Amino acid sequence: MPDETFEPKIVGFCCNWCSYRAADLAGTARIKYSPNVRIIRVMCSGRIDPAFVLKALALGADGVLLAGCHPGECHYIDQNYKAMRRYAMLKQTLAAMGVEPERVKLVWASAAEGQQLAEAVDALVADVKKVGPLKWPANWDENGHRLEALDAIEKEHQEAMEVSQ
Amino acid sequence: MAERVGIYVCHCGSNIAGIVDVEAVAKWAGAHLRDVVVAKDYKFMCSSLGQAMVEEDIKNENLTRVVVAACSPHLHEKTFRRACQNAGLNPYLFQMVNLREHCSWVHTDRAAATEKAKGLVSAATERVKLQKPLEPMFVDVTPATLVVGGGIAGLQAAIELADAGYPVYLVEREPSIGGHMAQFDKTFPTLDCSACILTPKMSDAGQHENITLLTYSELEEVSGSVGNFTVKIRKKARYVDYDKCTGCGICQEKCPRKVVDHDFEAGLGYRKAIYTPFPQAVPRIPVIDTANCTYFTRGKCQVCSKVCPTEAIDYEQQDEVIEVNVGNIVIATGWKLFNCESIPQYGYKRLANVFTNMEFERLCNAAGPTNGKIVMRDGKTEPESVAIIHCVGSRDAKFNPYCSGVCCMAALKFGHLVLEKTKAKVYSFYIDMRTPMKDYEEFYQRLLEEGMTFVRGKVAEVTDAARLPSEQGKLILQYEDTLLGKQKRLPVDMVVLMGAIEPQVDAKELGLRCGISCSMAGWYTERHPKLDPVATMTDGVFVAGACQGPKDIPASVAQGAAAAARIQAMITKGKVMIEPIVASIDEEVCSGCRICNNLCPYNAIEYDEEKGVSRIITALCKGCGTCVAACPANAITGAHFSNDQVFAEIEGALWDAMYGGNGQDQGEPAPEPEAAPA
Repeated sequence: MPDETFEPKIVGFCCNWCSYRAADLAGTARIKYSPNVRIIRVMCSGRIDPAFVLKALALGADGVLLAGCHPGECHYIDQNYKAMRRYAMLKQTLAAMGVEPERVKLVWASAAEGQQLAEAVDALVADVKKVGPLKWPANWDENGHRLEALDAIEKEHQEAMEVSQ
Repeated sequence: MAERVGIYVCHCGSNIAGIVDVEAVAKWAGAHLRDVVVAKDYKFMCSSLGQAMVEEDIKNENLTRVVVAACSPHLHEKTFRRACQNAGLNPYLFQMVNLREHCSWVHTDRAAATEKAKGLVSAATERVKLQKPLEPMFVDVTPATLVVGGGIAGLQAAIELADAGYPVYLVEREPSIGGHMAQFDKTFPTLDCSACILTPKMSDAGQHENITLLTYSELEEVSGSVGNFTVKIRKKARYVDYDKCTGCGICQEKCPRKVVDHDFEAGLGYRKAIYTPFPQAVPRIPVIDTANCTYFTRGKCQVCSKVCPTEAIDYEQQDEVIEVNVGNIVIATGWKLFNCESIPQYGYKRLANVFTNMEFERLCNAAGPTNGKIVMRDGKTEPESVAIIHCVGSRDAKFNPYCSGVCCMAALKFGHLVLEKTKAKVYSFYIDMRTPMKDYEEFYQRLLEEGMTFVRGKVAEVTDAARLPSEQGKLILQYEDTLLGKQKRLPVDMVVLMGAIEPQVDAKELGLRCGISCSMAGWYTERHPKLDPVATMTDGVFVAGACQGPKDIPASVAQGAAAAARIQAMITKGKVMIEPIVASIDEEVCSGCRICNNLCPYNAIEYDEEKGVSRIITALCKGCGTCVAACPANAITGAHFSNDQVFAEIEGALWDAMYGGNGQDQGEPAPEPEAAPA
């Protein structure tokens, strides 16, 4: 049963030229959207390494929003197409890892589309609320506590190193 | 050695403090974020006192990193970078947090907004510690400028720059400069004769010692960046020697081949196979239209060559590609008319007496095909009634959602000309009359007094199927008068369609060549819709005139002049700063897989065959970071956006989720070691 008090943590990656400015415009126009998203600026959606998304999920994010300029409007000519390709591959990887497809979304927003970006944030928050918390860090934790699990791995590693010496 | 971070949270009056508990955020950051030595909140950080506070703390507290949580970095990043620099701290060791646009202005829940603000501050703090000092790069600005498009906007930009003493290359696709304005008869609302005000500018540009006119030429390739572009221009073969021709016009007179002129005369008039588009053309050097020239199509004729007194005709001439170096580029490529045939119910091309606005401009023009007589398609009958239909292809979800801006005024101008030149009645079918600029509304009032009839409603159909004897032989408009709420019919002799202003068909292509983007509709995107209407996202490339959005002549001229002023400032300064946000490859790590090579849109990555590694040409790199994300060996570092910096930012943004599960314990400082006080 979905937890009604669940407020998902969402990390957003916005490109400097279109989508970050769309978020700025949403602010200037006082368009309200869910406070669950924390936006990180990158120069281009092409800069978004799929590892950024995995890292965010691994550190406890419940969803990730990727935003770039519309196809054909990229500040760097066509790098958002590369983001689009990586996104398609990332979706497959995430599916293979058992992450619900609703958690990660790529959207386009031009610098004039504050409203659209705000709507995309709200839609993602609603979708993630439906699927519930991801709890990746907690899920690693086989012995009841993740830090202990990590320590154990490190210890094992060191022992292995000692043996090899 | 640990970094010493200073955090400053801005109230922005009540803009931020009204929603975010800024004091709590500052206090929390000081207590819980590692390496923070100063954490303050202040009413207005961007004020000189706020900046002075940062500068003093850098000196007194030996800060090595600064975070300011205030508004968008697009607004004040430069301000605080300068403050850091003033205090001797490298400006790239500063990070801005966008608390206003991305938090306080978009949220209503104070607790949630404050938590989010903590996340954003934490993200910037984790990131800033890994930032590296960077040195801005300066490049020289070549004083020459390229202006693409010889319409009124491009002319204005070119003349202003040339008058200031700087060389200009003015490229125009057509055989003559002048653009659409040369086709008009009168201009609204002053009813100035268009040619009378345009031709002095054209000849000024044609004779200017600083302007190199490249007509009948097209921009082929642009490389380089602000301050130093290399541009390839294709000068299409005119088949007339530019230096020998005197522009006497005998060849045009004697040429036996008449061709319908679809460009300048909008299909209403004729020109010869060797032609200048109009009598006042600049330059007056004609071109041969090889598709229609008898010699080029059938191998016989050569009349022009025989009559030319200076032997300027050269049938062997070839296209020539020239290369020029310029510091800046102005794109002023203008607009094209909506294809009125795409609305079949208005009958354009099917019903003889349905005209487009450009055709009607030529009908009114004293130098046009009818010598300025407003007559029907038969060339002699004066109409007894004229209907003007507004918004053909604009404000129409099927075609263009935008308002073309100038058609209401042009329709009023047409109305005035019809009333002045004929005894016809004039009807205007409008959705909304839009006359917002100086003296425009007065012109509308004038037409109301002159007796133009205004009907509010969109015409559904123009037909020649008469129902009543009075409709016989007329064009009948079927429309709803929305002020009366009634369906009506009106028989008229002539219909003028106010076709929409659309972007040039190849606007996107040219934009790609110059590295600037278009909106969904196809208009070039300016850097800021309000505060930076002529610059683009690509430094050194400016836009002017209707290629940026529909506009009238005064607005185009203003934008052309504005672009020229911006460029003059750069040339006068002589140098331009480039952000040192570029990628670099660690040759020790690079495996030479070449995955990155094809990803770069600027060809900034070259492959060293000998060493088997890729290398980035810093001067060409624009810093998008796509190669950084793609490198499987992590050999590429993106300055200011490196992997470890972004990872740290993600980690900081999720401070309350990292070890605390799903974030249920919002508000409690995370119990993990990183959040412990220094």
